[in-house]
Amino acid sequence: MISVDRLTFAYPDQPPIFRDFTWKSAVCAAWAVIGPSGCGKSTLLYLLAGLRQPAGGQIFVDGQPVPRPRASTGLVLQDYGLLPWATVWDNVALVMRMGCFYRDKRTEGDAPRPYPRSDITSAQIEHWLRRLGIFDLKDKYPSQISGGQRQRTAIARSLLQQPNLLLMDEPFSSLDALTREDLQRLTVELRQETGVTTVIVTHNIEEAVYLGQCILVLGRAPNTEARVIENSGAGCPRFRSQPAYAQKCSEVRDALAVA
Amino acid sequence: MRRRDVFLATMILLLAWQLLAWLLRMEVLPGPAAVGQALAREIPRGLGRHFLVSGWRVVASIAVATLLAVPAGLILGQSARLNRIVSPIVYILHPIPKIVFLPILLLFLGIGDTSKIFMIFLILFFPILVVVRDQAGALRPELIYSVRSLGAGRRALFRFVYLPATVPAALTALRVSIGTAVAVLFFAESFATTSGLGYYIIVESWGRLAYPEMYAGVVAMSALGLLLYIVVDRFERRMAPWMFLHET
Repeated sequence: MISVDRLTFAYPDQPPIFRDFTWKSAVCAAWAVIGPSGCGKSTLLYLLAGLRQPAGGQIFVDGQPVPRPRASTGLVLQDYGLLPWATVWDNVALVMRMGCFYRDKRTEGDAPRPYPRSDITSAQIEHWLRRLGIFDLKDKYPSQISGGQRQRTAIARSLLQQPNLLLMDEPFSSLDALTREDLQRLTVELRQETGVTTVIVTHNIEEAVYLGQCILVLGRAPNTEARVIENSGAGCPRFRSQPAYAQKCSEVRDALAVA
Repeated sequence: MRRRDVFLATMILLLAWQLLAWLLRMEVLPGPAAVGQALAREIPRGLGRHFLVSGWRVVASIAVATLLAVPAGLILGQSARLNRIVSPIVYILHPIPKIVFLPILLLFLGIGDTSKIFMIFLILFFPILVVVRDQAGALRPELIYSVRSLGAGRRALFRFVYLPATVPAALTALRVSIGTAVAVLFFAESFATTSGLGYYIIVESWGRLAYPEMYAGVVAMSALGLLLYIVVDRFERRMAPWMFLHET
């Protein structure tokens, strides 16, 4: 799904964050990326999303380079990225409206169409709002709902396009503990229902272990190699109560200590 | 602005005016009753027409200024490079009191409506441009990222993010500029024309020392400004209802 080959990236006038960094995501369907602040976790996500371009090397998603964001990659951010002037319904329906906006756009070559799908219907919007438990809030504005409900809205909007890759940048870090666990469980369920590959960036060890079947540990910049911890227990909603969970948390903690 | 509040404010101002008129007892400041009579008398005799002419000039200026300044502000707000080039030009031109160009405008655009509309347009254009540009430039990058990640290109961002995001800012700029626009209109209409409230106040009433009629013109001018504020308020509630969620 994801292939990063000899990636080099630096922000202007800053030392490089990635230098000749190679990472193959193989068949893993649920990735967690963890590392200390400033290690480049979010930058890696933005590179995968096509929002930033590497200075060197190549990134492939689904076998294709990502010179711009692709509609089949969903992105969920910590601060939700919702339009404050639009209701919950309109925020999710934005994808449908943009699909209509770009209906006549064609793409050259064999690259997948980067624009939003033009066949999304109101019934699909309703389906996702109901699945995420926010249908009753459809007429509310983001400022009128809780953080957890905002994040559910953002997830509904991302899933509406039936993405095959869902990137999440510390999506639950500003939520309270109960809401966070609730949404982590929902993420596991949604992945199983839709078959979407998820990459979740987090600074929380427990979250990384609960959600990531493979955990990519980044160290202090520049990152030159991908250190991956296998975590086959993740993906089970009750993983948290198993002994393997605590063991894996400890393993990730040790890996971070030497990162 | 609620109707009840406007009524209350009008009553307070009328009372203060009446007290002042009683205190001064001068022909130059007639009381509200005398001015009210003059207003009722003058509206059918030409004041109504002058009001409509002035109203048309301000509304036309606002429309042209909004139609040109909002897209220009949006473009500058989106493009840091273009903004770097254009900003100094804006900051050099913005502080110039545009009214100094009135004689030149009259020379090139004539004494009709066009010169007045262009004059007010010049005054409204810059504040709207600057406010819309700043608002568009201050949008959180996360918002832009998340919409871009849905597949939005530049045009869709413009249509679905930048444009709705700047509506409240554009209307605030408009509200701030209405007072200036009406004041400048008065000045622009005070010579080289035969219509408009400025002409009515300066030439038709003040010129012949008809003070109640002159104040009737002033009241009409205030009513014109108030009407414009009410229209902008209504428009804002319609276009940006999310701004008023916490009002009781």
